[in-house]
Amino acid sequence: MSAAATDPSANREHAALAMKIEQLPQLVNEDADLVRRGAWIDLQFQIGLGAVPYYVTVAGGRISAFERGPVLMRSSRFQIHVTAEAWRKFWEPIPEPGWHDLLALTKRGAARIEGDLHPLLANLQYFKDLLAAPRRLSSEAR
Amino acid sequence: MPAKLEPIVGRYMTLSLSDRPHRLYFEEAGKGIPLVCLHTAGADGRQFRHLMLDEAITAHYRVLAFDMPWHGKSLPPEGWQREEYRLTTAAYTEMVVAFCAALELERPVVMGCSIGGRIVLNLAIEHAARFRALIGLEAADFQQPWYDTAWLNRPDVHGGEVCAALVSGLIAPQSPDVSRHETLWMYKQGGPGVFKGDLYFYRVDGDLRPKIGGIDTKVCPLYLLTGEYDFSCTPDDTARTAKSIPGAEVTVMQECGHFPMSENPAQFRRYILPVLDRIRGS
Repeated sequence: MSAAATDPSANREHAALAMKIEQLPQLVNEDADLVRRGAWIDLQFQIGLGAVPYYVTVAGGRISAFERGPVLMRSSRFQIHVTAEAWRKFWEPIPEPGWHDLLALTKRGAARIEGDLHPLLANLQYFKDLLAAPRRLSSEAR
Repeated sequence: MPAKLEPIVGRYMTLSLSDRPHRLYFEEAGKGIPLVCLHTAGADGRQFRHLMLDEAITAHYRVLAFDMPWHGKSLPPEGWQREEYRLTTAAYTEMVVAFCAALELERPVVMGCSIGGRIVLNLAIEHAARFRALIGLEAADFQQPWYDTAWLNRPDVHGGEVCAALVSGLIAPQSPDVSRHETLWMYKQGGPGVFKGDLYFYRVDGDLRPKIGGIDTKVCPLYLLTGEYDFSCTPDDTARTAKSIPGAEVTVMQECGHFPMSENPAQFRRYILPVLDRIRGS
């Protein structure tokens, strides 16, 4: 059994982070500039919140489907795995140094990117901004 | 209504580098102690425009910034189309020394950022007596790579977009939006393979760890300033470098990243003015 399953505070944190990640479709789709910049993107990728995968379908820059996993044998172009601690710090309105960028997270070992990196790198700013979108929720909550 | 002209003046010169003529563009403003500014990899001298417009600086310093060959308005050398651009420690060192000599700058201060910060360390190693002081921004003798530079120049990825997107995370979140995007625009404008070619110096040829202990700050003072949000050249990288250099002064700049002079000019000013005042007073 995982630590998160037995530790009430870890469970609460996971639930709070899940609530944020599950607002990604709305946050992205209401951001007309982000959608414009993603106009050429049509793919499925995966975001990991700890051990929980989310499958994200992007069509013309909009998130057209968003599904919490795991789903057996589901494929995706690339996968971005991030620890719960890293998501929490990354989504602060003003993140601490070293927790403020996807590649800062990979450098420090708090995130891992796997799969076909070509669509990610070819549209890197789009995906960075997509992943950072829940920061707006932290700002609004203040 | 007459145009409000800035005091910055741009000129071209022909400079022989590695025995090849290069048409080099530079800008300058101010009068006094020459302060030569070296831009980051894949960008150009516009990064220093705010310093050139700061009367607290230009009243005492002649601020100059050249675009390295292949960058900004400087051209690559004739025959560039048949070669892969790769910056080396020797060529970069020669470039800075030759630029200062060509303009007959007397014991200038050199301030470089990122790759410019790295080459400042090599100037301290090899040419300290030529300079009044050296300032390394985001400078270290070596840094751990954090991405594969092969992504920077391939036909199926837009070079400008990927270069800018990669470095965007090196800008502090507190930096004003307008300055953040001006900084990124220069990366979007870079020529194909130029950022990658600069990083050949940064990652492959320019590891200064074996030589860093040779710096004598009594010959030429050395100031190192690094932004707290720079995860490419971290404050720890700079501090580790300074441990091998007795007399080097290290400052960690709060709310700054890898491009302090262009990403947050007002915040950078708080840190650089005291350094320039001390150099002037010494």
